[in-house]
Amino acid sequence: MMTKKSSFQDNLSHFFVSNAVPIIFLALSAVAIPISRFSTQYLVQEMLVRLARDSFLVLSLLIPIMAGMGLNFGMVLGAMAGEIGLILITDWNIVGIPGMVLAMIISTPLAVLLGWMCGVILNRAKGREMVTSFILCFFINGVYQLIVLYGFGSVFPIKSPDLVLSRGFGIRNVTNLENIRKCLDNLIPLSIGGVAIPIATFLVIAAFCVFVVWFRKTKLGQDMRAVGQDMDVAEAAGIPVERTRIISIVISTVLACYGQIIFLQNIGTMNTYNSHEQAGMFAIAALLVGGASVTKATIPNVFIGVILFHLMFVVSPMAGKYLIGQAQLGEYFRVFVSYGIIAIALVLHAWRRQQDKDRARRALRGNA
Amino acid sequence: MMNNIRSFIEKAGWPRVIIALFLLGLFVMAPFVRVRVDTSISDTLVRFGMNGVMVLAMVPMIQAGCGLNFGLPLGIIAGLLGAVTSIELGVTGLPGIFTAMLIATPIAIVLGWLYGQLLNRVKGGEMMIATYVGFSSVAFMCIMWLVLPYKSPNMVWGYAGAGLRTTISVDGYWSRAISDILAFNIGDFFYCPTGMMLFFAFLCFAMWMFMKTKIGTAMTTVGSNPEYAKAAGVNVDRMRTLSVVLSTVLGAIGIIMYEQSFGFIQLYMGPFYMAFPAVAAILIGGASVNKASILNVVIGTILFQGILTMTPSVINSLIETDMSEVIRIIVSNGMILYALTRVVKVKS
Repeated sequence: MMTKKSSFQDNLSHFFVSNAVPIIFLALSAVAIPISRFSTQYLVQEMLVRLARDSFLVLSLLIPIMAGMGLNFGMVLGAMAGEIGLILITDWNIVGIPGMVLAMIISTPLAVLLGWMCGVILNRAKGREMVTSFILCFFINGVYQLIVLYGFGSVFPIKSPDLVLSRGFGIRNVTNLENIRKCLDNLIPLSIGGVAIPIATFLVIAAFCVFVVWFRKTKLGQDMRAVGQDMDVAEAAGIPVERTRIISIVISTVLACYGQIIFLQNIGTMNTYNSHEQAGMFAIAALLVGGASVTKATIPNVFIGVILFHLMFVVSPMAGKYLIGQAQLGEYFRVFVSYGIIAIALVLHAWRRQQDKDRARRALRGNA
Repeated sequence: MMNNIRSFIEKAGWPRVIIALFLLGLFVMAPFVRVRVDTSISDTLVRFGMNGVMVLAMVPMIQAGCGLNFGLPLGIIAGLLGAVTSIELGVTGLPGIFTAMLIATPIAIVLGWLYGQLLNRVKGGEMMIATYVGFSSVAFMCIMWLVLPYKSPNMVWGYAGAGLRTTISVDGYWSRAISDILAFNIGDFFYCPTGMMLFFAFLCFAMWMFMKTKIGTAMTTVGSNPEYAKAAGVNVDRMRTLSVVLSTVLGAIGIIMYEQSFGFIQLYMGPFYMAFPAVAAILIGGASVNKASILNVVIGTILFQGILTMTPSVINSLIETDMSEVIRIIVSNGMILYALTRVVKVKS
């Protein structure tokens, strides 16, 4: 009803506002790639590795967005659960795919529990889910440190001396995951023109995408979309709103937990106390770079986002070095971009919401 | 009697009561683990003065309905710019601090105004956006600290001759210049930073007075009921902007107070998480996401800083492990979480 009245210019500017973030990133990368002097082969390899490594984590953000709960900063909870699983299998010295699967099995109940808790808390903070889940991560991070730094090795037995700090309890800052390093990536080896492709990881990711597409069509998926559109209407239609919201967060947390395990099997070492914090920030930044918003995210957004964001990530330090002569500067620029992009995306979202309201109002009023 | 206690706990909220009891317990326990109580009280006082102004900076924005100011680093950056410029100019003693504040204030006003304009366009999503505005401005300033043309040999990296250091000592410039006014010692272990206390009390009083003026009342109205404020002829956006500017300026002054007592200026990622202790403190003091008073600031800062001072010394001597960091993380974020989830319950 409003396309009739809005002009072409209005539509064009609407398109640019809607896709501002990917367009800006595309332009930045186009400028930065030649300056960085990286070879195409290197960049392609790097992007493939990072797609395999990060996509699963980013995909785990989709379902809460569908349920109208915004960006799930609480995915970090899942990442922490996954890391506890990884610490345990490393201690028990279980190697390869069985180790990975066991880590997933151990951490699933933990992730479900944390996700359920997160869901319950977010239900008490409707309308400010994002900031609440953001702070919840800091809080649980404290609990995680309490458990891993003080509980492991004292209350909970950890035998391996490589894991435990010299004082007798607490896990070291860096956990070596040599046991499961790249076990999934190299499960089905394939290499085209010197570029190694981690087929198995991509298969897992593809399966996940199919799951998301299928899930949207289920009763539960439809319920979530209804809840995301309007909680009151959904409630009136007989959908258990609070329960649906909790389920969406639980699914996201469990998936983030698997995502973190896949991520760390690729890296091969784990910063026991920081890995999860970065996981959340990078996944969210990547999704937003891909053109997703706080209320709408699709599977293409995920892949476009991972590629564009990590292209920037790989290229910017070198570009900074050749351009200004200081790699440190590029490093800081990278940090600035990661935070800035989240800030911009959040601002654009809130801004657009106000503008959409105005447009709707204008359309109702006619061309007066 | 039981009813009185129950109603008191209900009014204060159980997290606050637990934290207060915990702090009391720490003070009671202190002599038994050979931690000096007078040193502890003195340390608490110093840290109270250091952090108080930044906690006070939360008040205007909460009152105007802009939520908790997670964007405090923006004000801190203005303060840092003032501080390094004052050192670059080589002004020492009290004039040095006033130079720093004089330079920081206009920067804070400009930044705060821009920040306020931004927040007016994103009503309802302020807190999350504020957090990331704070984060990204800190990251942006990391680049600027490297590039800005400061020259003082006390501040730049020795080998490169350019780019500011991560920590800069204010020793020999204006270290404790405000703290030491009228300061006195009792015995060897008790030091009272009278000047800093007076300065903080003055700012609190000024803020209290301001909240009583016509503009202050209008600001509170905007916070508690924007529709009513609009109907009463108050310019909502202007009041909100004013509150953000005030908060940013206080943040700038707050960090200068912090530095003069601490003795160091921390640049680069230093200010990154500085909003969180301030937010936690005012919430511990009894503020909610949309209501805060000067009393909340004072009580909250004493309780929070008291715990931060006491846990390392007492708990360390008790179990011989440093758990203070973990306790700090859990207490401060638990408090913020409690406040964020409580408000909605009260409203519905």
